[in-house]
Amino acid sequence: MELKDIINPNNLVYEKAKLLTENTMHYCPGCTHGVVHRLLAEVIEELDIQDKTIGVAPVGCSVFAYKYIEIDWQEAAHGRAPAVATGIVRTNPDKVVFAYQGDGDLASIGTAEILHACNRGENFVVIFINNGIYGMTGGQMAPTTLIGQVTSTTPNGRDAGRNGYPLKITELIAQLPGTSYVTRQSAHTPAAIRKCRKAISKAFQAAIAKKGTSFVEVVSTCNMNWKMTPVKANEWMEANMFPFYPIGDMKDSSKSEPESYSPIKN
Amino acid sequence: MAKVIGAVVVDQEECKGCGLCVVACPQDVLGQNKQVNSRGYHYSFMKNPEACIGCSNCATVCPDTCITVYRVKL
Repeated sequence: MELKDIINPNNLVYEKAKLLTENTMHYCPGCTHGVVHRLLAEVIEELDIQDKTIGVAPVGCSVFAYKYIEIDWQEAAHGRAPAVATGIVRTNPDKVVFAYQGDGDLASIGTAEILHACNRGENFVVIFINNGIYGMTGGQMAPTTLIGQVTSTTPNGRDAGRNGYPLKITELIAQLPGTSYVTRQSAHTPAAIRKCRKAISKAFQAAIAKKGTSFVEVVSTCNMNWKMTPVKANEWMEANMFPFYPIGDMKDSSKSEPESYSPIKN
Repeated sequence: MAKVIGAVVVDQEECKGCGLCVVACPQDVLGQNKQVNSRGYHYSFMKNPEACIGCSNCATVCPDTCITVYRVKL
């Protein structure tokens, strides 16, 4: 069979999601943001919620996320995406809202906002891209940077005595009663990407069912600032990031009712 | 067992030549072209088109969604 016979719309098995715009993404070659954007577009298309989904874009590399997915977007100040998402979802309870944040945005500048939004159990989805570095500003140390990891502000590697310890924010958030589904995924192999897509879909369904905050961390690469090729960066992530940030679900109460514990006895 | 043959179409201008699809391909179909596109990236192409089984692993890992996959069962 000739190649031109195979390349025929009847034989199509995979094409670009319709929700992704024609704009070329500004991300570096091999950036995990591109994969996660596509997964979001696919999940929103699959759940058929395009006209009622509102995304909240962060400050960081994904600041231009609104250019790439055909839904409504709101830009938030640095780290304040959960606060903005709270406002949107409280005034429009019928909308599906998600906040998309990086690790500098969520784990450093916006720690107060994310912890309190998750503790209040606001009904939105948080997508947290954790690459252990400040990508947009030139690879400075972030709270999630591993001990010993070389960044532009820790040229000899992060030292716990001087720079403190890396923050496992997803583990912290899994403790909070307001959250319904808390998971950590990655997007480096086809199998991991398919799992990640399922997790994002589950998180959106939990938000639609008003089960509380859903939190999906995606352990990612920043090959440009790690100063590696995209393929090497994935290998480095598997060898170094996964032992410290293990992949898997941390909490799944998306089927049950939100917790309402009271220590007060009559 | 039914034989499956596939083909991929890479959008050469959109491809940024990151090489993730080359590693993800189980059949060693894809390679990076010696030629560059208008932005200077070594775009992916089917160097070994007969081996493609249309598994869509390459399209799944592509960060820029520039791969379309076709598959035929014989």
